[in-house]
Amino acid sequence: MNILFYIAATAAIVSTLMMVISKNVVHSLLFLIVSLFSVSVVMFIIGAPFVAALEVIIYAGAIMVLFVFVIMMLNLSDEEKRKKRLMKSKIWIGPSAISLILLAEMVYVLTAQPGYAMGQEVVLPVAVGELMFTKYIVVVELAAFLLIAGIIGAYHLGQKEKTVHHRYLKNKNQEL
Amino acid sequence: MNVPMEQGILLAAILFCLGLTGLLVHRNIIYMLMSVEVMLNAAGLAFIVAGSAWGEADGQVMFIFILAMAAAEVSVGLALIIQMFKKFRSVDINKASTMNG
Repeated sequence: MNILFYIAATAAIVSTLMMVISKNVVHSLLFLIVSLFSVSVVMFIIGAPFVAALEVIIYAGAIMVLFVFVIMMLNLSDEEKRKKRLMKSKIWIGPSAISLILLAEMVYVLTAQPGYAMGQEVVLPVAVGELMFTKYIVVVELAAFLLIAGIIGAYHLGQKEKTVHHRYLKNKNQEL
Repeated sequence: MNVPMEQGILLAAILFCLGLTGLLVHRNIIYMLMSVEVMLNAAGLAFIVAGSAWGEADGQVMFIFILAMAAAEVSVGLALIIQMFKKFRSVDINKASTMNG
């Protein structure tokens, strides 16, 4: 099982890197989906099959479909030419250096400690459900509030702006 | 099946740093939202690795909450991107730096 973990981890890192450096938005989105699948395989291997399924269903299924629909709606044909000049080395070398320093610190902290082998047992959905609806019930309700707020916010932001509120009151932004 | 815990955390750290780099480098707001997704996913992976190291379900519960939060964030963020594209006809966030209220 160890070799499967390393293969899936390499696939996740490579596809995420390709997502960052790809110039086409749709290619980048497809690389992100591959990365999510690879992370799902990693979760399955380390003994969390329930969230591995949730990752595929919700992240790669629902959220990525939202991205695909928005990219189709926006019709970004003229944006592609402008992106060519944005990837000069002067622009990406500073942020990459900062991220690499952060990563080097984390690698140092992780390798300075003695190793800790992960447990053998698989955590089944029964344990997750029991814990979620006893110990974390308040957080579940907070997540429900957050989802309701997200639905209302997305509906409010997505609707068309009214041009006429009343017969004599035109919206000022529309007159410009 | 004995993957060391450090290597799982290390994978999460590498993915997080890649997402952070993407967020800092790109000026296209769709790329930035996708990089934020990568970072949230890496944080959730760290929770799951830590939870499965002790054989507890707490990490998976936290990942489910992160998933709900990511879904709400993406729906609002994509609605904002559509509004921004209607207003500026572009997804470049440098165009949005001149907005006045």
